[in-house]
Amino acid sequence: MTGVGEVAAFWILATITVGSAVVVALVRDLVRAVVALVGSFLGVAGLFILLSAEFLAVVQVLIYAGAISILMVFAIALTPRSARDNAETAMRWLALALALAMVGLLIAVATVTEWGPQAKEGFQETASAIGEALLNRYVLPFEVASVLLLAAMLGAVVMVRED
Amino acid sequence: MEVGLEHFLVIGALLFGIGLLLSLSKRNLIGVLMGIELMFNGANVTLVAFARFLEGAEALAGQVLVVFAITIAAAEAAVALAIAMALYRRRQTVDVDRADILRG
Repeated sequence: MTGVGEVAAFWILATITVGSAVVVALVRDLVRAVVALVGSFLGVAGLFILLSAEFLAVVQVLIYAGAISILMVFAIALTPRSARDNAETAMRWLALALALAMVGLLIAVATVTEWGPQAKEGFQETASAIGEALLNRYVLPFEVASVLLLAAMLGAVVMVRED
Repeated sequence: MEVGLEHFLVIGALLFGIGLLLSLSKRNLIGVLMGIELMFNGANVTLVAFARFLEGAEALAGQVLVVFAITIAAAEAAVALAIAMALYRRRQTVDVDRADILRG
């Protein structure tokens, strides 16, 4: 990606995505954390469009920014106000050290490795090809995913049912 | 300035790291779940970036894998929030430190 627009879009989206994720880690109120989390999800959707994955960008907005965040808001609203505090446990510094080590390792691998020639072409439409692949080559995992969703739905209903 | 594969991999690594920090350090079960979702997102960005940039790689395979990852993330979120509700009903708390019912 060398176009001025693409490069500018990448930096803006990267800032939104990572900045919102940092806000999620810093704010203490869970409702505010969910709002920041939606910002991060939308930033990732923008990055997907930059990466020629427009179908995944739409799915990201529908499932993550829509469904999962609304589900979290429901869970927050159904637990008491006193449980809205998003404080850390006693192990926070150990967790921070572990997370920093993980990020350092991943970034080192990403920058040191020679990834070979990179595809240079611009935006390419992929949604129709994904649709065909899902119903031809990947039809078995597609069907198994529906069984998994059914099992998860039944499990969630059974767990929240009044005894 | 050119944006390449490494830039997207670094974004994915940062998202994964922040998610790991959240899920390891937060006391609230819903906060832990937010961290897990951020880790999912970091992994998805990495997969789509590889699908877009690596030549010879099957571009579609990466994106189809992300479709299934998002499906499983949705199922996981529903079950995790159901666990949060059930835990709150039994113990009147969503603090993961106090969820020690299974401790021997």
